[in-house]
Parts: sequence; C-alpha cells; structure tokens
Amino acid sequence: MFTIPSFAHLTDQINSCTDEDIKRSLSAPHLSTQDLAALLSPAADKHLEAMAERSAEITARRFGRTTQIYAPLYVSSFCINRCSYCGFSAGNKIERRILSLDEAEAEAMILHQRGFNHTLLVSGEAPAKLGVDYLEKLALRLRERFASISIEVQPLSTEEYARLFTAGVTSVAIYQETYDRDIYDRVHLAGQKCDYDFRLETPARAAAGAMREVGIGALLGLADWRAEGLSLGMHLAWLRKNFWRTALTVSFPRLRPAAGEFQPLCEVTERDLSHLIFALRIFDPDVGIILSTREEARYRNGMLGLGPTRYSAGSCTAPGGYSDPDTAGEQFSIGDHRSIDEVCTAIRQKGFDPVRKDWDAAFQL
Amino acid sequence: MLKIAEKTFRSRLFLGTGKFDSAETLKKAIEASGSEMITVALRRVDLNDPADDIMNVLDRTKYLFLPNTSGARDAAEAVRLARLARAAGSGDWLKLEVTPDPRTLLPDPIETLKATEELVKDGFIVLPYINADPILALRLQDAGAAAVMPLGAPIGTNLGLITKFQVEIIIDQARVPVVVDAGLGAPSDAALAMEIGADAVLVNTAISIAGDPVKMAAAFALAVEAGRAAYEAGLGKKSSEASASSPLTGLDFIKD
Repeated sequence: MFTIPSFAHLTDQINSCTDEDIKRSLSAPHLSTQDLAALLSPAADKHLEAMAERSAEITARRFGRTTQIYAPLYVSSFCINRCSYCGFSAGNKIERRILSLDEAEAEAMILHQRGFNHTLLVSGEAPAKLGVDYLEKLALRLRERFASISIEVQPLSTEEYARLFTAGVTSVAIYQETYDRDIYDRVHLAGQKCDYDFRLETPARAAAGAMREVGIGALLGLADWRAEGLSLGMHLAWLRKNFWRTALTVSFPRLRPAAGEFQPLCEVTERDLSHLIFALRIFDPDVGIILSTREEARYRNGMLGLGPTRYSAGSCTAPGGYSDPDTAGEQFSIGDHRSIDEVCTAIRQKGFDPVRKDWDAAFQL
Repeated sequence: MLKIAEKTFRSRLFLGTGKFDSAETLKKAIEASGSEMITVALRRVDLNDPADDIMNVLDRTKYLFLPNTSGARDAAEAVRLARLARAAGSGDWLKLEVTPDPRTLLPDPIETLKATEELVKDGFIVLPYINADPILALRLQDAGAAAVMPLGAPIGTNLGLITKFQVEIIIDQARVPVVVDAGLGAPSDAALAMEIGADAVLVNTAISIAGDPVKMAAAFALAVEAGRAAYEAGLGKKSSEASASSPLTGLDFIKD
C-alpha cells in the first residue's frame, strides 16, 4: 500500500538539495521525485523566474493557450467531522442546510444559464444525510445538461464510485489536506476523517471505480508546504503507475478565513504557492492544476498560463447561494468575487481561450 | 490531387483546432493554412448550440469537417460518441481516436481496430489515429478505414517524425492514403513526412502555440507543398560517399 515518509525525512531530503540539483531538474526531460525535491528546496527559491518560464512552456505545449472554467455547487453543509480549519466543522454554529434534489437542480440550472458546462458537487461529510443515493439521483438529473460532473464529498468505496460513474459522475476530488501525519491528527478531531490512511487510499479507490479523473490536493497553511509538495508528487507518481487510465489533477487551496477560531499553523505566501505550482508542473507535465476563487483576482490573472489549467469562477461556497446570494453558512470566504463573464474577459485579455466545454456526456452510457 | 473516400483535396495539410488562444486566431490560421480538412474534438463543441464559437468559425461549405473522438478510452465510448455526433449533424467522416492513457494520449491499437470495424459497418468514413505500426495499418485498411493516420511522435510533443522508419513501411504497403498525424513540431518535419511519400499531414500544436499561429500555418502550408513536390520530383538517394555531379568516368570505353 502507498505510504508517505515522515515529514522530517522529506524535509531532510528537500534541504539537502544543491544548486546543481536544481539546474539538472530544470532541464531534465523526465523528473523523479528526487528532482521534485530539488525544485521545492530553499535553494530553488532564487530560481523562481526560471521555474516559471519552464512551467509556462510545458503548460502551453500540453494544454495550449487555454484555461478551463468550472463552478462548484455546494449541496450540503452538514458534516460529522470536526476539522479545526473548516467552516463546516461539526462544532461550528452555522446555519446548516442540505438542498433537496429540486433545489440542487435549480442551482445547477443557474450555473448552466451563466455558461458553465462543468460543475463540481461539494458537500460536507454526513453520509446519513447525503449519501450515494442522493448523488446518483442528482447526477442523473444533471448529466444531460453538463458536459462533466465532478464530486467533492466524503470518501466512498470502489463500488460506490463505480455506481456514480455509471450515473454520470466523471471525476472525484479528494484532498488529503495535509500529508503530515502528526499535524493531520492534530487538526482532525472527530469523525471518519480522523483516519489518515483511509483518506490516503481514497483516490486509488476512485480510480479503481473507473473515474476518468481524480483530483488530489493539500490545504496550505497546516504543514510545511515544501514537504506537502513532495508528498503530492509522490502520490501523483504512485497513482500514475497504478492507474494509468486515470487523468489526475492537483490543487493547493490556501486556508481562507472561515467560521471558527482557527488560525493557519504556518504561513504560505503567494510566492510559496507559485513555487509549488511551478515545481509540480515541471515534475508532471500532464497533471491538471486547479486555481480556485480562494485566491484574489490579481493573483489569478497573473498566474494565467504559468502552470494552472483550470479556474473556478463566480463561486459561492454556501448551499443555495446561487439562487439567493444572501445565503449564510459558507464553507469559507472567497478571494475572487468576479462573475464568470468577468473571469473569461480577463482570460481573453491575457491571450488565452476560456474553455467552457471540454468533455461530453455522450462518452458514457 | 489527394483523394480520400472519393473526395478530392487540393491541400495536403489538415488542421487540428485545439489549444488556440481564441476562435478568431483559429479562423485566421485555417485561412492561412489553405487547409480543406479541419478536425474538431467532439468533446470541445456543442453541436446543438448555434452559438458554439468553434463550430461558427468552420464554414462547412469550404472545409471538410472531421469530428474526432479525442478522450474516448475504448471502442464503445468512441462508437457511442460518433453515433450521437452524427445524429446531431456532424456527418459521416470521423477521425477515430481511442486514447486510454491520458498522459501520453497514445492510441489503443486493439480498441481502435474494434471501433473501426463497427463504424465502417455503420457507414462512417473512418480515419483512425494510430501508432506507427505497419501491421495495424494493414489490418485497419482491411477493415475498411478510408485512410490511416500514424503518429510522427506523441500528440503535442513537437518531436518531429521520430517514427520515420515505420511510417516508411506503412507508406510502402498501404493502399489507402497515409496521413502523418501528431508530433510534427516544425515545417521541416512536415516537409520530411511529405518527402518520404505521406499523402498528407495533420498539424495542430505546432501551429496553435506558435508565437504567431497564423504565420506558422502559412509556413506549414509552404513546407507541405515543397515536400510533396520533392516527393513527386523523385529525391536523389542519400549516400555516405561523395559522388561527382557530372561523372567523369563513364563506362563508354567498353566495347560491345
């Protein structure tokens, strides 16, 4: 089974890299995780410009002058987990809501009318309230209107993923949040999410359940970002070896202000985030990289074409928030409040094509 | 003139439509290329949407619209996508792509053959994208493919005609047109493919992500013409030894 070395070990590996290692990694045609460690090292900080250039070049060759557009659709804020960083955490006194299938469909139709063809169904983890039945029914309702449907919900079994795939769900996002086992235990206080290994094995179950795409990620602000990056690279490499048919994406959400008293355990600057994105892009030329509305418009505009390939737009993180913009109970407050049209205009101004459709429901039965 | 499935083409350059910065640039690149056959990923367009930006740049009276099944992981998916697209008005022509590995996007030979057999029976004009495998090319030809499209290198790599040796065998053996598809990174790569006798080439990435895609499209058009002319003119054989361009020692001293 796949495991991640301790962060102390990873940090040693990263810190022992030299300038020579970085230069070699920047020009190597195929990178090992050791090369990734070099690109993530403190010694690589001063090579950020060269990394950006290489990352942009690889991104253009593989993905062209395009950026995909999607929007999340929050269907429920109920959650049985206590995670100290999350607005939906079971202990938080927020207005909880689960959308009925009709309400969820109405929200989806608003997104569709706004021009979205790709949507990501998001919920807290409360399987008794929102289980596979709900997701299956919703996917069946939406599949005719959307080119692709992704989910970011509680971990499921391989059989459950296979069932949802048949219903029209094409991809699964499941983030480890932190690959540092000690910190993982510290911030996950109660609920199924406390089980580090079960969560770590979830992307493999989704891939085994025939999902076309699996997204992994780390929530930045919990543990050392360099070691998180190396862990993500190791996870990607392992998934590639074992599930060669599955497309992969990564995401590096930085902690945003949310309900609760939680303060980030460590600082991750925009420079650090950029460093991480460039390193992962150079390490894995084919991985989709998501940059969500957690980041500000200025930063997202600047990063266009440098590594990320997929942007969310016009997002609301509270269930029902598209029908009623005054809805309370968001998961976190976003950093980029532009509409889809404003985001697309900015993308065009930078010389990229905002791609609203890059899949087709007709692929599946 | 190039003829595929009873249709003739003046231009031997086919264009892919992915990765362009806008539909506007795509339109200009198509015009500059002189191409008459344009391939479009069905996953990228909405055939039922009259406002679809890519479909709107393709004047189907001027260009043959060649929809492709990019993204299909197996024969069943490719066949289903093709049938639904045809029902939505995409026509009989199809560039068959079955690429189960999202990383290399290399084609699956087994599923490609299966899908070709099924689609040909269904009345499609099938142009399968394949690795440069001569026996597979023959099997597809026997199955009724209208042309075969071996890759020069994996999609998007710009590595050029690294499969030259196998492509030469395919060209030598094929009864159907051979279109070198994917991996051609520079006009000189396209010229080389044409010089060795390819009937046409299909180019996308090298044009769409060039500094000036429109100018690059024109450059590829010239290269394809030059390569084809050289092939028709009959290239001199390559030799590692020098030989005088006007031989001094003829054999006319020999008496019959």
